[in-house]
Amino acid sequence: MTIAARDFRELRLEGISRRFGNVNALRDVNLAVRRGEFIALLGPSGCGKSTALNCLAGLLTLTSGGIWLDSARIDRLKPEERGFGMVFQNYALFPHMSVRRNVGFGLTMRGVAKADIERKVGEALSIVRLGEQGDKLPGQLSGGQQQRVAIARAIVIEPPLVLMDEPLSNLDAKLRLEMRAEIRRIHELIGSATIYVTHDQEEALSLADRIVVMRDGVVRQVGTPLELYAQPAYSDVAEFMGYRNLIRSSLSAAGSISIGGGAIQGTPIRPLSGADVVVAVRPDDLRAASDGPLAITVESAQYHGRDFYCSGRTADATELYFVSAHQVQKGETVRLAADPTRVLIYPGTPS
Amino acid sequence: MGSDKTIGERLWAFAIWALVIFFVLNVVALVAAVVVNSFGTRWFNAWLPAGFTTRWYASAWQEFQLNDVLIVTFEVVGAVVLLSGLLGVPAAYALARRNFPGKQLVVLLFLLPMMIPPITFGIPLATVLYQLHLGGALSGVILANLVPTVPFVVLVMIPFIEQIDPRIEAAARVFGAGTGALFLRILIPLLAPGILAALLLVLVRTIAMFELTFFTAGPGSQTLVVALYYAVYAAGVRAGQSIDAMAVVYMTTTLVWLLVALRFVDPTQIVTRAKREAAH
Amino acid sequence: MTDHVAGAAPAPERLPVRVRLALYEIDAVTLLVVPAVLFVVALFVYPFVYGFVLSFQPKAGAWFANYARFFSDPFLYDTIGATFRLAIPATLISVVISVPVAMRVRRMRHRRVLTTVLVIPITLGTVLIAEGLLTYLGPQGWFNRTLVLFGFEKVRLIHNYTGVMLSLILSGFPFTFLLTLSYITGIDPSLEQAASTLGATARARFWHILMPLLAQGLAINLCLSFVQTFSVFPSAVLLGAPAGATRVISIAAYQAAYEQYDSSMASAIAMIMGFCQLLVVLLILTARKFVYRGAAGSGKG
Repeated sequence: MTIAARDFRELRLEGISRRFGNVNALRDVNLAVRRGEFIALLGPSGCGKSTALNCLAGLLTLTSGGIWLDSARIDRLKPEERGFGMVFQNYALFPHMSVRRNVGFGLTMRGVAKADIERKVGEALSIVRLGEQGDKLPGQLSGGQQQRVAIARAIVIEPPLVLMDEPLSNLDAKLRLEMRAEIRRIHELIGSATIYVTHDQEEALSLADRIVVMRDGVVRQVGTPLELYAQPAYSDVAEFMGYRNLIRSSLSAAGSISIGGGAIQGTPIRPLSGADVVVAVRPDDLRAASDGPLAITVESAQYHGRDFYCSGRTADATELYFVSAHQVQKGETVRLAADPTRVLIYPGTPS
Repeated sequence: MGSDKTIGERLWAFAIWALVIFFVLNVVALVAAVVVNSFGTRWFNAWLPAGFTTRWYASAWQEFQLNDVLIVTFEVVGAVVLLSGLLGVPAAYALARRNFPGKQLVVLLFLLPMMIPPITFGIPLATVLYQLHLGGALSGVILANLVPTVPFVVLVMIPFIEQIDPRIEAAARVFGAGTGALFLRILIPLLAPGILAALLLVLVRTIAMFELTFFTAGPGSQTLVVALYYAVYAAGVRAGQSIDAMAVVYMTTTLVWLLVALRFVDPTQIVTRAKREAAH
Repeated sequence: MTDHVAGAAPAPERLPVRVRLALYEIDAVTLLVVPAVLFVVALFVYPFVYGFVLSFQPKAGAWFANYARFFSDPFLYDTIGATFRLAIPATLISVVISVPVAMRVRRMRHRRVLTTVLVIPITLGTVLIAEGLLTYLGPQGWFNRTLVLFGFEKVRLIHNYTGVMLSLILSGFPFTFLLTLSYITGIDPSLEQAASTLGATARARFWHILMPLLAQGLAINLCLSFVQTFSVFPSAVLLGAPAGATRVISIAAYQAAYEQYDSSMASAIAMIMGFCQLLVVLLILTARKFVYRGAAGSGKG
């Protein structure tokens, strides 16, 4: 096994910004990446994650800030001079070249000897498990196979960094799960640093060592998947990480929050400055309990096979999403309770 | 693609733009030369004419019987536009909606008159028309000009029709529309922009279509472009300024219709639509 | 349930004609194509065939007399050479220059302005361009005056080969440019991006990625452009030297038809013309196959 990522200590993004006309697609983003790390850039459309990736690749120039690879400043270099591997969302395989020539393209551009190219291409293809497809054209391959070729093409040049731009979004659900595992396996095999752009929080949680949550061009939070899942720093990050219930309320003197006539306890994430708060709870953390403090009238219930995903309204018309293990009827009154450690409280001013 | 351009790249970009500007300048200059000359009293051995006048237009109008020529031109163009629409649109509909045996052959049949230049088939066509005693007459000219335009309309309209979801037509039928109502109420309104675009393009192309009319026209059935050719050909006899006055009348006609057409159509379609089909 | 008689197969039901035709997608709608087809057959295919046959029915001599006369009379067969001498350089220049220009323009945001300006020569047509050039490029015209202004000698640009060549490029370039532009913009930009992340310089991207994907489009461009320039006629007469250097084959055909009233000979010359065009088209298309093996395509997904 001779394909291994080039060694480096640290990739640093310092204060990078990118403007398009009047729009700030990226604002003052800072990040440090070490060799072997898998970083996910996560956020909704328009948050700047793809812009950041393209700036890293050199396909876009920075309006301000810099990118350093160890002590070398690289943001002035053209993409062909940076030596990063990149996997595109639509694969971008050269349609007029066979799989082998596609994968070997980067090596051809570097003037590597033919025999070495053949050997390395063969290795890369076997890493992505496409050994027999070498002579086919991209048009003859399925989506998943094309994806593997794109990955092989990016890793065969043994880059210090592999950039992936939503590589799985064009695949169907089953294939996506398969390829997720493959991507992680290949990443660990060659030991590169990977920066992976996605809008799917599940993907980010399952693949990344660290997640960078972005919104409107700024970094909202950087943390491990566990931290982001259990302790999102801001209410908008919480919302993105699946905390579907976001309720404006006020903190009583006793430290409880009133929702629709009932009172529950919660955990503040940051120091609170006033009584106005925003409360975030996951639907699966709001469980039906006969003695629960919150009373709601059920509005809809969808069967998901194991549980029922329901929505309902409290007496003061606040909509809540919750999960029930048993079937509930529309119009029924259900009582809900939640574990205080799973109820997160954020300051009420817009963050 | 990312960083600052090198000197070499800047030079190259500059050279390309210089070439484009040079090209455009020359086109503008040759048009301007015609216009200026048509308004000049005498123009010899100087940057501009000695004086300016509009009398050449009046004289050209008389000399070249522009009134009659213009009428003929619009009769021909009008007939060609109408007939190519009537023949071409239904044919395009059939080709877009049905996949019958021999369809490839039919498409090839429509491609050929577009790809083979008018001179190559114009002379045999003129021979046949003269045999049928249609040569030299208005009808002969119209028929000759229809040969490249009917396929043009067909090829331009096919993509427009394919864009209309056939399920809309199915829905119309389910709700009781017969074929007539289907065309009148559903298809024509939806296709109107495409038909308009195609017919405008036919109009512009036919005004400028020289060879076919040249080979089939008689003295009373010349279009403006052919009359212009004869005038330039016999340039020793006529005053250059009045020829240029006629040229300006021709230019104005084509450019006015071009501008109208461009409101509805992308410039590239004048060229590419048909040639794109040739590529597929 | 009918009784099953051993050994006898049930009589097959015959579907009505309409239904059977519909299986081949032939119905009233399909018939809408018939008028246009008949028209093209009557006014294009038939004249062509008629002309072909007529070319073998000369006014005097054996069936091949027209062709024999053409290829034995230098005044006639030289027209082929003259036409090639005009058509080949004009086509090559128009198409080759269209590539770098299209590559630049494809990234422009207001390219509609440029394409509109470029469409003007096409709409004006060759007759008007010839007339315009006669004035503009004449010995007293602005072009020569500008040359003199910058200290150069006057150049003879009209009533010769150069004038016709210039008019061919002026009216040909817009076509080739718009066509090349449409092919180039059809190439997925992420392919070039991918190539650059893999280390390809701009030049490498051009030769390894763009040109192979453009090859088919350029071949078609060359074919269409050549066919058009080969049939040059009004500019060769008005702007060239129709009795000399620019005596092109269409002039010979015209003279046979309208000055000598020999429609048989005229048809023969038209056939020769068509044949030359076909030959070159086949040459171009075969050459492309040899130069670029492998799939050509727009490169999308």
